[in-house]
Amino acid sequence: MIGIHFPGRARAEAESVFSPSAYLRITPDGKITIVVARTEMGQGVWTALPMILAEELEVDLNQITIEQAGASTLFGDQGTGGSASVRTTWDPMRKAGAQAREMLISAAAQGWGVPRESCKAESAMVVHSATGRKLSYGSLATKASALPVPDNPPLKTGDYKLVGKSTPRLDTPSKVNGSAVYGIDFHIPGMKYASLARCETAGGKVADFDASAAKQIPGVTFVGKIGDSAVAVVADSTWNALKARRALKITWDEGSNKDLNSAAIFEALHHADESKPVKFFSVGDASNATGKKIEAVYQLPFMAHAPMEPGNCSAHFRGSECEVWAPTQVPQDCRDTIAPQVGLKPEQVKVNVTFLGGGFGRRLEHDYAVEAALVSKAINAPVKVTWTREDDMRCSTYRPVSVHKLSATVGDDGLPTSFRHRIIGPSINGQKGSQPVNGVDSDFPDEAAFHYPIPNVLLESVTTETPVPLGWMRSVYALQMGFATESFIDELAAAAGKDPLEYRLQLLSKSTEVKYFDTSWNTARMRNVLKLAGEKAGWSKPLAAGRYRGIACFGSFSTYAADVVEISMENSAPRVHRVVSVVDCGQVVNPNILEQQIQGAVVYGLANALRAQITIEKGRVVQGNFDAYQPIRMNEAPTVEGYFVPSTEPPTGIGEPPIPPLAPAICNAIYAATKKRIRALPISS
Amino acid sequence: MPNFTLRVNGTEKNADVSPDTPLLWVLRDSLHLTGTKFGCGAGLCGACSVHINGTLTRSCITPVSQVVGKNIKTIEGLGANGLHPLQKAWIAEDVPQCGYCQSGQIMAAAALLQKTPHPTDQQITDFMSGNICRCGTYERIRRAIHRASAGGAK
Repeated sequence: MIGIHFPGRARAEAESVFSPSAYLRITPDGKITIVVARTEMGQGVWTALPMILAEELEVDLNQITIEQAGASTLFGDQGTGGSASVRTTWDPMRKAGAQAREMLISAAAQGWGVPRESCKAESAMVVHSATGRKLSYGSLATKASALPVPDNPPLKTGDYKLVGKSTPRLDTPSKVNGSAVYGIDFHIPGMKYASLARCETAGGKVADFDASAAKQIPGVTFVGKIGDSAVAVVADSTWNALKARRALKITWDEGSNKDLNSAAIFEALHHADESKPVKFFSVGDASNATGKKIEAVYQLPFMAHAPMEPGNCSAHFRGSECEVWAPTQVPQDCRDTIAPQVGLKPEQVKVNVTFLGGGFGRRLEHDYAVEAALVSKAINAPVKVTWTREDDMRCSTYRPVSVHKLSATVGDDGLPTSFRHRIIGPSINGQKGSQPVNGVDSDFPDEAAFHYPIPNVLLESVTTETPVPLGWMRSVYALQMGFATESFIDELAAAAGKDPLEYRLQLLSKSTEVKYFDTSWNTARMRNVLKLAGEKAGWSKPLAAGRYRGIACFGSFSTYAADVVEISMENSAPRVHRVVSVVDCGQVVNPNILEQQIQGAVVYGLANALRAQITIEKGRVVQGNFDAYQPIRMNEAPTVEGYFVPSTEPPTGIGEPPIPPLAPAICNAIYAATKKRIRALPISS
Repeated sequence: MPNFTLRVNGTEKNADVSPDTPLLWVLRDSLHLTGTKFGCGAGLCGACSVHINGTLTRSCITPVSQVVGKNIKTIEGLGANGLHPLQKAWIAEDVPQCGYCQSGQIMAAAALLQKTPHPTDQQITDFMSGNICRCGTYERIRRAIHRASAGGAK
């Protein structure tokens, strides 16, 4: 219970710190520090996570200081992704707050010589109600440190003071005056600036390079190979490094992928060897179902995350240790990957985590951090590596392409008697060397969900190979699976001549649970989400002339989500005016942040649906900047109305779940407008 | 390298840089004013927006040699006394998510309100569409601009 996780701290000071868990420190001067062991990338963990602990600790948010944890061994997996920050820290952070509260109450009660039941905690004080005596947490810190840490402190089950209340974000003030420090803002005296030219063809290498012109640029102090496929230039400023990099003359050995192109990739996907599909979900026997058969094929392209802050990292290799300052979603992976690359053990690598200028999954990679460590070692000085936007676009990891073959048999009532979905595409985790789970990518349980209680269902996967680097991009496979599933459900509804919302409600009308891997999808919860979306969107009410609606629902990251979109068609292209997005994500911690996440998911998902597409020609990514890969700007941003179904179930994900239903809802609205089905994203293609 | 004297947020600053260095990198690397962000390097996203003699300017494509003798204002100097009304409105509406683009968004909004103190929705859209936010904060940006233009009231 001593502050042992701060090895540099003086012993005397450490002993007076009350720290019953790694998440919390209270010092005798009354300073209450809550440690956030996830990364703040815009999703609000600097506010939501401290709220969870503060709720149990009985402190107000204006009484706490937040500390960002770097790579540690004290918090389990610190990876920030999979819409998991709240759902994975809900229990440990509540427990950490409750343990401390109970110990502080005991310390006060013992000091007063009164039963602990006669004392209560409120607003960072322990109060003896009968006498009105009060002691601050700070004054109890030393005494509480000597008490045993309770294993199972009582946890609140409701009557929350903080949880569930719309609360301003604690990181906002620093983000409106330029003082927030992102990775790219990090600076230490003596630091150098590096830019790397990387081979843009997957698997390609540096064959040869001529540094003579680059070395003529003022301020350049180093030019050299980093790994097999990059040349680094180090200078006294970012600009000089960029200029010198442009002056490099590099001969690339592009290797076997030099002729790779998108057309051939899709051609191969559509004609993949499907002789050995892997079954990952089945109910009944879909192969023997009878009825009218309906079939459709869908496809999705590669996409890039394109966070606003380009890749970057600072590092200082100091012989027997290496310290890095990384805008990373995975500090522990950074540590463990850097260590062998620079000849150190993981415990010799210290990873500090900065704010992230967007993550969206791109910063689940550690390429930028390894580069910084290698360059620092090469020049024996601290260095910041900064990627350009073009680097970010062309040397990224991409949402994988996929082809989806769906078929159903329907009965006389138009409802499916069987439903089959085969996803054909490369595996992100497979490419990265992770073992599949039951033969499929280990992301499928969270993302490739199925929640309709159809009597015969067969979901299968055919894993293909691609040399294109793959990564997890916001909502990951749920985008693919949601697009294909919910577009097809809409096709079934149309074939049945039924209203798309009514058809889905009818499919979900039986109250039951669809067991899918470790999640049980509850039909009533999905029904409620759909109904609320329909109600808020005015589904049953007539639309203005030229306006059309589409709806879709999808469950991912254990959250139920439905989107209703309202569009018009302008020059054969959809314009999305309004999106009603409804979720059931269990207990909501901070509705203010929930609204932000829904608005953000819709704007991000809209770009994915309309035009986000990475194409490959002659082995390289074509798109380089925001002119060719265009995010949504204000002039295209729809009105977004976010709602949640109140729930006291444990919290589930929110950052990603509103995305998967959006693209199919838009395409379903286009069908309502034009009677044409869009079966390939992006819609603009 | 030549030495440039720049007037940034009302203060004279010196930087030893080559004349073609974009103002962005002078602000960030030489003067350590890192509130102004690098997003695209091509004037496409607006993250690097500053005011030069009151005019909204993309600092990533503006060479330092062109701004000598001019008044350069960055997010750090936007509020003459404490926070600018837009910054207060940004806090009141809790606009930022990742926050990376917000310096540029606020500098753009300040330029808008300077010319058009009470913009309509359409005027906001037209002016602010030069700035990209990947987190999708546009609705709150719009609300915050309206709030600031109404003197802080909603």
